[in-house]
Amino acid sequence: MDRREGECEVTMMIRHGAALKVENCGKTFADGTCALARATLDIAQSETLVLLGPSGCGKTTLLRIVAGLEMPDAGGRVLFDGKDLTRQPIEKRNVGMVFQSYALFPNMTVAENIGYGLRIRGVSRLERAARVAELITLTNLGGLEHRRIDQLSGGQRQRVALARAVAIRPSVLLLDEPLTALDAALRERLRGELNGLLRTLGITAIYVTHDQAEAMELGDRIVVMRKGAIAQVGTPREIYFTPADRFVAEFVGAANIIEAPIESGDLILPGGRQPVGSTGSRARAVAMVRPETIRIVDADKASLTGIVDSIRFAGDRQRIIVRDAAAIPLALDVPHTIHVRAGERIGLSIAADSIRLLPAEG
Amino acid sequence: MSHKSFVWICLLPLAAVTAAFFLLPMARLLVTGAEGPRGLAEYLAILVEPRYRATLVNTVLLAAATTVATLIIATIAGLFLQRHRFPGRAVLVAILTFPLAFPGVVIGFMIILLAGRQGLIGDVSARLTGDKLVFAYSIYGLFLGYLYFSIPRVILTIMAAAQKLDPGLAEAARSLGAGPFAVLRDVILPGLAPALVASGAIAFATAMGAFGTAFTLATNIDVLPMLIYTEFTLAGNLATSAALSVGLGVMTWLILALARSFTGNSVAAAG
Amino acid sequence: MRDRIIFALQLLFTLIVAAFLAVPAALSIAAGVTVNYFRGIQSGVTLQWVAQVLDLYAGTIMASIAIALGTLLVTLVVGVPAAYALYVRGGRLARLVEEIITLPVAIPGLALALGLLLSYGGFGNFRRSWLFILAGHVIFTMPFMVRSVMAIFASIDVKSLDEGAASLGAAPWRRFVDVIVPNAAPGILAGSLMVVTLSLGEFNLTWMLHTPLTKTLPVGLADSYASMRLEVASAYTLIFFVMIIPLLVAMQWIGERGSAK
Repeated sequence: MDRREGECEVTMMIRHGAALKVENCGKTFADGTCALARATLDIAQSETLVLLGPSGCGKTTLLRIVAGLEMPDAGGRVLFDGKDLTRQPIEKRNVGMVFQSYALFPNMTVAENIGYGLRIRGVSRLERAARVAELITLTNLGGLEHRRIDQLSGGQRQRVALARAVAIRPSVLLLDEPLTALDAALRERLRGELNGLLRTLGITAIYVTHDQAEAMELGDRIVVMRKGAIAQVGTPREIYFTPADRFVAEFVGAANIIEAPIESGDLILPGGRQPVGSTGSRARAVAMVRPETIRIVDADKASLTGIVDSIRFAGDRQRIIVRDAAAIPLALDVPHTIHVRAGERIGLSIAADSIRLLPAEG
Repeated sequence: MSHKSFVWICLLPLAAVTAAFFLLPMARLLVTGAEGPRGLAEYLAILVEPRYRATLVNTVLLAAATTVATLIIATIAGLFLQRHRFPGRAVLVAILTFPLAFPGVVIGFMIILLAGRQGLIGDVSARLTGDKLVFAYSIYGLFLGYLYFSIPRVILTIMAAAQKLDPGLAEAARSLGAGPFAVLRDVILPGLAPALVASGAIAFATAMGAFGTAFTLATNIDVLPMLIYTEFTLAGNLATSAALSVGLGVMTWLILALARSFTGNSVAAAG
Repeated sequence: MRDRIIFALQLLFTLIVAAFLAVPAALSIAAGVTVNYFRGIQSGVTLQWVAQVLDLYAGTIMASIAIALGTLLVTLVVGVPAAYALYVRGGRLARLVEEIITLPVAIPGLALALGLLLSYGGFGNFRRSWLFILAGHVIFTMPFMVRSVMAIFASIDVKSLDEGAASLGAAPWRRFVDVIVPNAAPGILAGSLMVVTLSLGEFNLTWMLHTPLTKTLPVGLADSYASMRLEVASAYTLIFFVMIIPLLVAMQWIGERGSAK
């Protein structure tokens, strides 16, 4: 199983939650539309798995199958710690779920919302109050215990939803785009908080999002989905640097996708030659280069050159568009310390190992 | 218990009540209508028999007149109340909408107080012309009663619809040079069309089927509900009254269904 | 200037319409407390007619209240769960059921009453009891309860509340009690007011279904309009207004609060 560098930290913490197995689960709706092709996934205990993809890619359907809100097509199975729970409805699965709309009960206060799952489980009033207080502290909701839901801000609602889901000590925490309903600045801040919380809790979690920045920061592993099927499973680094195909490369981060022939280990481009780190020749190859891996060098000494087409200021860096180097304009992300002018001929240097050859499509 | 079976259990009592006290009686009504001496032809009697046909025509004309008059009155008043804010407006709205829940019998009585033998109109006309004007017990009285019944309903619908109209549309029309009349004709009335069709259909269907008002006023007003009632109670003519009421029910339902297919949803629930 | 004239004309028109609706009601209220309506209010103000009505028709008033509350109880117990089921199930079947239960609104009360009489007229005990009228009222008012509750379900995203409670381990029945019903309260209240108001004023069905021993308020009203002197009929109508107006005010208040949100 792939683990990122946090490995030693994670193993040092107490692990919570179940190991999950999604086996051969597909979903065809009554009207015949196939929302999810049969998929199999293993989720380790205390791992955060992110389901990433554009809307309609099947990520929410997959989450709802794990939750028990949808039945997979015949033959699919969902196992919690090896136990087959496929036929159990959600209320018997002991999952904690954070809904996109939060689904907080308007007829209950903050504390009552958080304690509801415990009340259902017959936990005594005293014990319940203690657990609720603990979660109120953990999620920074102090002083809001007796507020009604409609008196809370978006960020506060999000935290109540999380606290409520976690209160029952679920086998797995399921989060369905929990930050989508918030504005951009708040989203970024809560993303950090959420990450800290998930690490602190050390609980098995499945997180659905269409935002790749969220996926990168929160996921131990990311499952990139497209049109109801899994496109790639891997750590954030694997997904970013070695995308399995063009879709993943373009969906996660910015990418230059270059189509060109290869001759004895070099891409043959209009602006020169570029080694790709493998030998052999091909009539047509598809290569991916991330904009930040391209460096600007002296044009005279470079084997690949191009002409600066435009320069875009992007705050923390600048993006330079270069034409005539490849068949398509190339995007480069470089620091502000580098000065170029539009129309200038520049040399480009790309390390061979930062070029990723992708399977050529149909 | 699974969620699916819980949903079915929730539905079960409604199914039982509806089957026992609505579907079964309606089926019985249908069967009875065909059990008379004329058999199935009983259902055609409403169109073929001259006396019934005259009553049907009468009823339809009365309902149509009610609908047209109500729509005109309610549109003028409703638009006025929606557009202007002035002291006493809330009271006016309350007065115009409270008769909503008056049953037909009470409305009949209101008409008697207005145009009956001891009525206000008769009183005033006697003083002015020496001629006592009494028309509560005629088809005009019934017309007035149906107006009384329909105006509040239609005003409410039109005010709600007018509130939802995008004020930007009227402003855009004016920016293009349209005068108040042109704005009304080209923007506001077309925007209100669904509400007009919906509430007009309800007014029409109600006027077709209303019984209470006619019952209170009428000694001899020739409308369909009264005909059904007299056929059933006085003549004891089960088959005819069943067939006639099926015919009446089908007509009112059709009108509402038709209006709904024009306007989307939400027509039937207001009757 | 032209605007002012248009405004004045429209106001005048609206006032005339309001007068058409309000004057007879006011006349009836006045007549109900006047010693002699023919001689006018100067003949004196009295409660004797109201007392006479209470004396003669108290039974019909109690009966109407009892039937209205009974109808409310049945529509609540039957209608609220059904509204939930219809809403969450959705689809063609739910639409069909909704269509069927809404039919009694479109079909004249006479037809329904006739059907009930033909079906159950032979069951003497049932025919003679209050339950017979209750059954008619339940069928007539049910769609208002169901639709009012379904409308609130649509506005509060009840599906995800339901799933939220399920994710926390609550079984269907528990979710219904803890989450669904409390959050549907405004719709249930609006539906309840509608049901009670309609049941109190229902005449078309009730006139056909009633027996001399099962008379409701509107039946009594029709009776008094036909056979009593104008003052008594007016006093009776006055009592009806007193019963129905608070319900209307409450309904309007809820409606305004709902649309202000």
